[in-house]
Amino acid sequence: MMIRTVLITATVAIGVTGVMAQSDAISQRKELMKKNSQHTKAVSAMVKGDAPFDAKVVTAAFTQWADTAAQLPKLFPDDSKSGGETRALPKIWTDRKGFDAEIAAFAKAAAARPTDVESLKKAFPAVSKVCGDCHEGYRAAAKK
Amino acid sequence: MRRILLVLVLLALVGAVAFWFITRPQVIAASALPAHTPNLDNGKVMFYAGGCISCHATPKAEDRTRLGGGMELKSPYGSFYPPNISPHPKDGIGSWNEAQFVTAMVKGTSPDGRHYFPSFPYTSYQKMTLADLRDMFAFIKTLPPVEGRVRDHDMRFPFGMRLALGGWKFLYLDGQRFTPDPNRPAEWNRGAYLVNGPGHCAECHSPRNALGGIVEAKRFAGGPNPEGEGTVPNITQHALKDYSDQDILEILTTGMNPDGDSVGGSMAAVVRNTSQLPQSDRAAMAAYIKSLPPVQ
Repeated sequence: MMIRTVLITATVAIGVTGVMAQSDAISQRKELMKKNSQHTKAVSAMVKGDAPFDAKVVTAAFTQWADTAAQLPKLFPDDSKSGGETRALPKIWTDRKGFDAEIAAFAKAAAARPTDVESLKKAFPAVSKVCGDCHEGYRAAAKK
Repeated sequence: MRRILLVLVLLALVGAVAFWFITRPQVIAASALPAHTPNLDNGKVMFYAGGCISCHATPKAEDRTRLGGGMELKSPYGSFYPPNISPHPKDGIGSWNEAQFVTAMVKGTSPDGRHYFPSFPYTSYQKMTLADLRDMFAFIKTLPPVEGRVRDHDMRFPFGMRLALGGWKFLYLDGQRFTPDPNRPAEWNRGAYLVNGPGHCAECHSPRNALGGIVEAKRFAGGPNPEGEGTVPNITQHALKDYSDQDILEILTTGMNPDGDSVGGSMAAVVRNTSQLPQSDRAAMAAYIKSLPPVQ
């Protein structure tokens, strides 16, 4: 009896851990992407001239993007293809090399540290280009 | 009894001949084209507005102006493989004349007199001016010739029957060129022309009926993604009421929407084209899109 309880508990625990790991990766990458977009919004306003250049905001944004690029490689484990609500396309796993190349391009673009509007106007389009390149083939269209 | 049968057979024959006659592939004759000196700069603008690259570029080629074709274009009707439209004389369109190019773009008819499938958006391209079409052709002729023909389309039965496309065209290819609205400013009209003609935005951003025709009452209201899961967004004011002209212009320029998210899927390729247009043309498109009445 005791042994059986332990066994069942252990099995359930393993199962739960599995589900948690999977939804963890999904929620983590979603959280990162949400933060990225907030930074993008702020920086984009400066590029368009809708907001004054703010070095602190810009550095925070590029740091956040670089951090995302560093974390992304481990946020798409095999057990995170589905489960939570995710728009990740199966191509991420069938064409891992191509996906990794996009992440590398993101890391490179995010490594810039623009110090004024002029350098920002060069560095930001490089980042936004990678956003589109990767979302083109590896992210599904939104449901609504 | 036999006479009735005979009459029925005759009627069916007459019907078939009439169908063939009404829906036969139409052609624009060379004699219908007035004298014209091609403007390559304008041809380049039309080329990028038309988004030719999105479907016809050789997949994975570094140089996106190599129009060797062969990309798989998925649809509910099967997979299309857009052909080689590089100026290669044998495998591409290098030996075509202007009338053949204009016929393809406006009538959806190939030089050998067959109907093209409407995945080639001639329903939109037919709205373009003859001058713009001829300039576009002249520009394509300056691009690198690419060797090789692509495989046949892989259509699900019965959608592969080209003869039936004549009936489809009868229903959905109205032969109307773009007519400017004199009550609207020039910028709006330029935008309307670019969006509805070369830009062929409505081809994806509208729902289609069972026959694959655009549901006119819901033009620009978005719909299911023909290439897979998810939806193509509604771009009328029903969905974009919080977007300014500037926001739409930004999407067409960098692909970044006002929420700080980038467009993805096929729209990423569209932005690679629209980003090549003069700013004034993008602004015109944005002004027109911003004016689209809300449709759910």
